[in-house]
Order: sequence, then C-alpha cells, then structure tokens
Amino acid sequence: MKALAGGYARARDVTHALDLLAQADGMGRVLAGGQSLIAAMNMRLSTGDMLVDISRIADLRGVAVEDGCLRIGALTRHADIGTDPLVATHAPLLVQAVHHIAHAAIRNRGTIGGSLAHADPAAEFPACVLALGGTIHLQGPEGVRQVAAEDFFVDVFETAIEEGEILTAITLPLLEAGERHVLIETARRSGDYALAGLCVVKRAAGHRVTAFSVGPRPVLAMAAMERLDAGDTAGAVDALRAEIDPPSDTQASAAYRRHLAGVLLTRALHDLTGETA
Amino acid sequence: MTEAFRDRIDIALTVNGEAVEGRVPAGRHLIDFLRLDLGLTGSHASCEHGVCGACTIHVDGQAVRGCLMLAAQADGAEVWTLEGLTETGVIRDLQDAFVERNALQCGYCTPGMLASIKELLDMGGVPDRATIREHLSGNYCRCTGYEAIIDAVESVAKARAGEAAA
Ligand SMILES: Cc1cc2nc3c(=O)[nH]c(=O)nc-3n(C[C@H](O)[C@H](O)[C@H](O)COP(=O)(O)OP(=O)(O)OC[C@H]3O[C@@H](n4cnc5c(N)ncnc54)[C@H](O)[C@@H]3O)c2cc1C
Ligand code: FES
Ligand code: FES
Repeated sequence: MKALAGGYARARDVTHALDLLAQADGMGRVLAGGQSLIAAMNMRLSTGDMLVDISRIADLRGVAVEDGCLRIGALTRHADIGTDPLVATHAPLLVQAVHHIAHAAIRNRGTIGGSLAHADPAAEFPACVLALGGTIHLQGPEGVRQVAAEDFFVDVFETAIEEGEILTAITLPLLEAGERHVLIETARRSGDYALAGLCVVKRAAGHRVTAFSVGPRPVLAMAAMERLDAGDTAGAVDALRAEIDPPSDTQASAAYRRHLAGVLLTRALHDLTGETA
Repeated sequence: MTEAFRDRIDIALTVNGEAVEGRVPAGRHLIDFLRLDLGLTGSHASCEHGVCGACTIHVDGQAVRGCLMLAAQADGAEVWTLEGLTETGVIRDLQDAFVERNALQCGYCTPGMLASIKELLDMGGVPDRATIREHLSGNYCRCTGYEAIIDAVESVAKARAGEAAA
C-alpha cells in the first residue's frame, strides 16, 4: 500500500525540530531511520502524520565517553553500533544485539533512538538499555530531562516520551573490570523479531537480567536476579518462568515462550561462566 | 498547514550518476519515485514494509530498502539502481555468475539480491557460506531455494580475491 503523510519538514537542529513539533497540532511525528515508521505508514497503520525528519541532525549521531558515561546519540545507526570501538569496549551487549536486529540494509538506516522510542516489546535495544541500567535523555519545549530505563518503557509501543519531546541520547555506565554481558534469543529466521530473548549482565554488585518478547515491555527479572546473586541457578530459571507473563500469538504460545525463557537463561549462564548450569 | 511543513517537496539528487530533480508527495517512498516517476523499473517493489528485500538499492554507498526511505529524504543523495549498476559494469561478473549458476528463475528478487550482494562483495575477502546467507537473510527468493545464489556469490568472491592476489 501507499503512505499518506500530512506533510514533511526537515529539521536543521534540535531546536528547529522542537519548533516543528510544536507547530504540528498534535499530528507531529519524528522521522529518524524510518525503518519502523515508514513501514507502518506504507501499511496505513499511521496516516496524516506531519513528519519531522531529524535524520540529518549531525549532533544527534555518534558515540563518546563523557562525564564517566558512554553517550550514544539517538541517531546512531544499528550498523554503526555494531562496529563502534567504544561500544565494543563498554557495551558489548549492544554489539551482540545488532547481529540479531533485522537485516543489513535495515541496520544501515535504523537508529538506536528510534528503536527505544518505538518500544517494540520484541526489540533488542530496549532490553539491553534496561539490563545495563541506562538513562534516556529527552528534550522538549520545557527543556531537557532524563529518564531511567526502568521508568521509560510503559507499554506496547508506549514510552515516557511526552508529546513534543525528542529522544536525544542514551547514556550507559562504563564497563567495570570483570563485567560480562550475554544476549541470547530464539527467532524463527535470521533477522526476525525474537520469540523470546534475554540479556544477562554480570557485575561485581550482582546480576541484571532482562527478558524481551515475553510481555508488553522489556521485563527486569528481579526474582531471577536475586536467585542468581544467591548462586542458585536452578532457582533462577524457575523464578524467571514465574515472573514473566508472555502472550500467545501466531508465532508462539505463552507456554512455549515461558519454557523458552528458562532454556535461554540456562544457556546464557553457560556462556557467561563456561560451565553447564 | 504551516509554512514549514510541505505536502509536496522539491528534491535534487543523483541517480545512476545523473542529476535528477523532482517534486514528490510527502508520503512517496523512494522506490516509487524511481520506478513510477523516473521510469527506472529495474529495482522492484513488493511487500513495501521492509520484509522481502526486492527494493534494495544503494544510497550514499550503502544498501538500503527503497520502500523504507521517503523520496523527500533522498534530497542531495547519490542513488544507484540496478540500471546504473548494470551499465557501469561493476557487477558484470556477478550477473554472469547468476546466469551461469541458474541463480534466478522468475527474476523478481534478483535486482535486490544483486544490490545486497554488491555491498557484501565490496567489503572484500571471501565470506564463508554462513556469512553470505546471513547477509542475504533479508532478501526473499521464492524460486531458487537460495543454494545457487550462494554458489554464485561464493564463486565471484573467490574469483575477485584471486585477481586481487594475482
Ligand atoms: C523487516 C524488519 C525487521 C526488523 N527486525 C527487527 C528486530 O529483529 N529487532 C529490532 O529491534 N528491530 C527490528 N526492526 C525495526 C528496526 O530496528 C527499526 O530501525 C527501529 O525499530 C526504529 O528505528 P528507526 O530509527 O528506523 O525509527 P523510525 O522508524 O524513524 O521511528 C520509529 C518510531 O519512533 C519515533 N522516534 C524515532 N526516533 C525518535 C527520537 N529520536 N525521538 C522521539 N521519537 C522518535 C518515531 O516517531 C516513530 O514513532 C525491523 C524492521 C524491519 C523493517
Ligand atoms: S518492497 Fe521493500 S522490502 Fe519488500
Ligand atoms: S528468482 Fe523468483 S523470487 Fe527469486
């Protein structure tokens, strides 16, 4: 099908983009990589949008270490994340994620900011940022604000971004000595959204586990984390299966997703320790 | 409508090495602009939501989905479609290998396949079959069963590496 957009404007910088959104009478829609939005427009799931194309705002693209954090600009593309040396050093979880996201041509245009703002429950980056305890930076007519990943993902395709706001960057803690990351998922075909997936981060302070494609938003698996910190891997698998409430759909049943999540945790721990859990 | 937003956008870009200008509706995707407005029907459109890869073209040196980019976003860009890639001869060896190995039947997927493969081959070296498969995972073919396509890519990669070494 063909898209019906209400209008298009290319933003020069963030201030201009915010002005454009403010002028759009509630119909404003940020266009970043377009790899979810244009697909939705072509399917007429979204019509009449006043598109604010932010894709050429150079300030929003790139990776840096700043104030003791890894800062990733919202427009940094999936393909760039996959090859960036700072990301490889400080957030290897994101590099692992890139290999599972869509296909090469889509990774050439899709952006991390778009992925977080879109908040598909099966997407990898939201679960990664939650597992790493990241912070999402927003800018709106009232100024800038920061939202912890724990508070950012609200529901299916719904985040803490308010009308008229733009996601500008993500910050993540720098990798500490001995820290380990594993992302693992099962999908029917390479590049498909996962049937279920997990991120496991092991730090001196303890484990952080997130699950994706098992509910309306990525889940921080607190009970499983608590069991892992206690050294009880079998208990962690049971706890994870108990604390998620996955949906049944044409791809997989809830029971299968719950089972799969436990299997993936066992495999992730194996990858993490080199031992059979 | 406010002044800043437009429902028709003037664009100027290069397509297959030639300067092109156009005025496009805001919702027009790049592949329709190329096929319907410029008559460059070599690159195909099928699913129009990013799944099949038939619309894969090169924009500013990268393989992208022509159906997931607006024509308005291509202002100032350098675009290559199958016509241009054919005329310049840059994928002649690959096209010959496709014919030789029967790597196409109906040919619907072929323009997108070739554009995706060009990106992989341009990275240099000889990718293993798993890497080739992974790189082409977003290009659907309903006819060949893929094996012949992988064979063609592998043979061209090896031939090019041999030439580079010679
Ligand atoms: C065939 C296919 C397979 C895919 N498979 C996967 C997969 O396996 N895993 C996965 O994670 N993703 C997958 N994707 C989605 C892809 O990763 C997208 O790139 C991503 O979801 C959206 O990023 P984008 O930059 O393209 O955003 P856009 O499509 O431009 O925007 C998406 C939404 O986010 C909003 N938005 C974007 N950027 C901002 C911002 N900076 N501030 C505020 N709002 C913003 C837009 O208004 C829009 O509502 C797939 C896509 C396709 C077409
Ligand atoms: S037509 Fe673009 S991916 Fe199918
Ligand atoms: S040759 Fe027919 S779809 Fe590939």
